[in-house]
Amino acid sequence: MDDVRNVIIIGSGPAGYTAAIYAARADLAPLVFEGSVTAGGALMNTTDVENFPGFPDGVMGPDLMDHLRKQAERFGAELVTDDVTAVDLTGEIKMVTDGSGGEHRARAVIVATGSGYRELGLPNEKRLSGHGVSWCATCDGFFFRDQDIAVVGGGDTAMEEATFLTRFARTVTVIHRRDSLRASKIMQERAFANPKIHFQWNTEVVDVLGESKITGLRVRDTRTGAESELGVTGLFVAIGHDPRSELFAGELRRDDEGYLLVDAPSTRTNLAGVFACGDVVDHIYRQAVTAAGTGCAAALDAERYLTSLEDADLTGDPAQVAQAVVSA
Amino acid sequence: MGANSKTVTDDSFATDVLQADKPVLVDFWAEWCGPCRQVSPILEEIAGEHADKISVVKLNVDENPRTAADYGVTSIPTMNVYQNGEVVKTIVGAKPKAMLLKDLEAFI
Repeated sequence: MDDVRNVIIIGSGPAGYTAAIYAARADLAPLVFEGSVTAGGALMNTTDVENFPGFPDGVMGPDLMDHLRKQAERFGAELVTDDVTAVDLTGEIKMVTDGSGGEHRARAVIVATGSGYRELGLPNEKRLSGHGVSWCATCDGFFFRDQDIAVVGGGDTAMEEATFLTRFARTVTVIHRRDSLRASKIMQERAFANPKIHFQWNTEVVDVLGESKITGLRVRDTRTGAESELGVTGLFVAIGHDPRSELFAGELRRDDEGYLLVDAPSTRTNLAGVFACGDVVDHIYRQAVTAAGTGCAAALDAERYLTSLEDADLTGDPAQVAQAVVSA
Repeated sequence: MGANSKTVTDDSFATDVLQADKPVLVDFWAEWCGPCRQVSPILEEIAGEHADKISVVKLNVDENPRTAADYGVTSIPTMNVYQNGEVVKTIVGAKPKAMLLKDLEAFI
């Protein structure tokens, strides 16, 4: 049983790293699968994070993630830049398979896999991805200097991207299918005040035009159905996120949109010893600091669960373990 | 950069990439790009493991905008493979190692 770990954390980002910090400080020697290209999570694609408490001048998203990562390592978390490709979480000993086929076992698992960008779902969107279609304004804004471009979406991410893109672009047209934004007031006001940002309300993108690069968009008025063309050379898609929970579909309970269900305010899932935190659970707050908060809770929940296993081992009654966990 | 991948520039591109005798994967990247940071160590590993078949080089688009513009790069990371002076493969966006190896299987 020597190769059975206390806890495996799947995912990085504020939730996974914070869980790792707490688990490591509790001497649980967590193994963290950061993801091979998603390490650091969604904040790796942002610039200034202005609302993470404790940083009065703001902090760069990737720098914040570097700090959290180092803090977890300092206390003994083992970080692996690999993906998890399969899990078996039903038994008392959980099995996790990594991207190279390696198998890892643990008594507790914390899921912090976050969410991924939602696509428009248009055939030409994929084809022109990297040729004018982008999901990362901070990465690609640079290439659209003095050009007319568009951002699709009406949330905080869309406003942040539109505002950021005005550093480079001549104009930024925000395309939104409703007549008002879901973005927070401060982000809306910042966008409204920016002379380079124009809004095209009640509009959806129906096609991305261009052979080898974008030459325009075909858009439709959602009230009248009338179609027209918008001449832009770049399209940034910011229409929201979907939870990365497919890996757990057969084992963990999810809601209709795929978010993992937990026994809030705890982070317990339907399986004993499996905890979930961050954006793969949360479709309401979705902030770096709330993700970090639930990551902390998940580590504490896991620690308590592991202690209850030990106590039950001492009394020698496995039935009590399950009971202790369910009512903990 | 890393031990296995050298840096190329607008000026050295023709010599180092277009006239190279084996395939060259050019990683178009920039400091500010999070996904570039994520894919960089993976490319470094691939470079080390397949050094006999393919060279991996890095081109900073911020410092070398001409080459990026010449090849129509508008997203980073973009990884172009050049063979005999022509682009023979384009990979856009950070991907896991297994997927990159699959994309590159014709060259390694």
